[in-house]
Amino acid sequence: MNRRLMDRSFYWFCKSMTWMALGILLILIFHICRQGCEYLDWQFLSSLPSRSPEKAGIKTALAGTVWIICFTALFAIPFGIATALYLEEYAPKRHPFVRLLQINIANLAGMPSIIYGLLGLTIFVRSLGFERSILAGSLTLALLILPVIVIASQEAIKAVPDSIRFAAYAMGARRYQVVLGQVLPSAIPGIMTGIILSISRAIGETAPLIIVGAMSYIAYTPESIFDMFTVLPVQIYNWAGRPKEEFHAIAAAGIMVLLLLLLSLNFIAVTIRSRYQRYK
Amino acid sequence: MTEPIIKIEDLSIYYGEKRAINQVSMDFCNNEVTAIIGPSGCGKSTLLRSINRMNDFVVGLRNEGKVLYRDKNIYAEDIDESEIRRNIGMVFQKPNPFPKSIYDNITWGPKINGYKEDWEKLVEESLKRAALWDEVKDRLHSSALELSGGQQQRLCIARAIAMRPEVILMDEPCSALDPKATFKIEDLIHELKESYSILIVTHNMQQAARVSDRTAFFYLGDLIEYGPTKQIFELPKKDQTQDYIQGKFG
Repeated sequence: MNRRLMDRSFYWFCKSMTWMALGILLILIFHICRQGCEYLDWQFLSSLPSRSPEKAGIKTALAGTVWIICFTALFAIPFGIATALYLEEYAPKRHPFVRLLQINIANLAGMPSIIYGLLGLTIFVRSLGFERSILAGSLTLALLILPVIVIASQEAIKAVPDSIRFAAYAMGARRYQVVLGQVLPSAIPGIMTGIILSISRAIGETAPLIIVGAMSYIAYTPESIFDMFTVLPVQIYNWAGRPKEEFHAIAAAGIMVLLLLLLSLNFIAVTIRSRYQRYK
Repeated sequence: MTEPIIKIEDLSIYYGEKRAINQVSMDFCNNEVTAIIGPSGCGKSTLLRSINRMNDFVVGLRNEGKVLYRDKNIYAEDIDESEIRRNIGMVFQKPNPFPKSIYDNITWGPKINGYKEDWEKLVEESLKRAALWDEVKDRLHSSALELSGGQQQRLCIARAIAMRPEVILMDEPCSALDPKATFKIEDLIHELKESYSILIVTHNMQQAARVSDRTAFFYLGDLIEYGPTKQIFELPKKDQTQDYIQGKFG
């Protein structure tokens, strides 16, 4: 085959793959919206779950997800960024222990989430006695997303040129001032990308939360981190598994709520990112 | 020769086993421009970076001998290297402004060192001294990275000046710039020597001849010849210096 033809066909191959994937996604979203839109209203958002589909609402699951995500972020982000800063800016890179740590972090990022669920069950629910609480759930999810945040933050920190560090040191800066005043602000956009991805993953996680005891039916919204909880994907899973057709429709409405929540979180993160990218 | 501000005594610098600087002793005078010239790899940047301890960041590098700043050995145990760098500023080969606004580039150094200043005034003065004020006064809060290469390098000089150092080290400050921007920086060096002692490493001999009062010629880690620039360029005492200046090697 001549190269000119090869050139054209490769271009069309990549283009059609892109559009095909996008098309499937759009069909999926369209299908869900058509199914769920008649149930998506204020009553749906503000009602407790119920046996009858007309009365059923998503209030407890939505509140549970918001609680879980807030605390997951609260636990995972400081640990993740601090670990990345330590590994990149302080730790001796060639030390065998540091290398071992690095390999393990990479492996942990690829572990099936159900294993984190079992870990959470053993440590947080049983050993530490947090029981089936938001605390146990969010700590488990924080462990799950920690490796991803660490790796993404490390990449972002690596991308900060050394010339910036040297310029700062040459002005008499101490190491913490170089790290906090120059490296971290320059790395924030990249770090935010990692956080967005990992939080989005955490929002959709079902398996580990079922293991640490997310409820499928709960009659009140949580008021403290020691309360029981359910989350959107668990609720959606529960509805989707019922035989009644109407429940499939409210499952679709639940998916719409989940998607909207994801989009708004991403929007916040993108805003923060662009604030820090002002000086690029 | 005025009173020396930096004295190097018997300094040798090693990269692992390799010796980059070989038992060099020399003095740098106050309020003068000293040029360090020599072919690539002769150790001139290594020597420059030993004066504000920027060599501390090079893994496997080792010093012998002394570098005295105001009669204190900067490699002594009780010396705080960040204090040294506050008084001995540095301008790098490639312009490296911080990814912040022009204003913040100037104020960052003094702020982290706990200086209390009239910041507006400091920014204006520093930029004026670096001959950049007129070009940027209307956009102090826009990104430093939007400036041209030559402007960025002058911003780096302004940033160094804002720390009110006594000595400014310049490591081939014009090697990444075009002739017009180079001319501006050279002009600036002339003005700055009124207030600062300047050490400039350059591979450009014409530049050394134009800007410096004294010139040191290095070859393979040895200080071959050091004296008033006029003498070095017109009546060099050593054949090696003569050959280098005439462009026979380099």
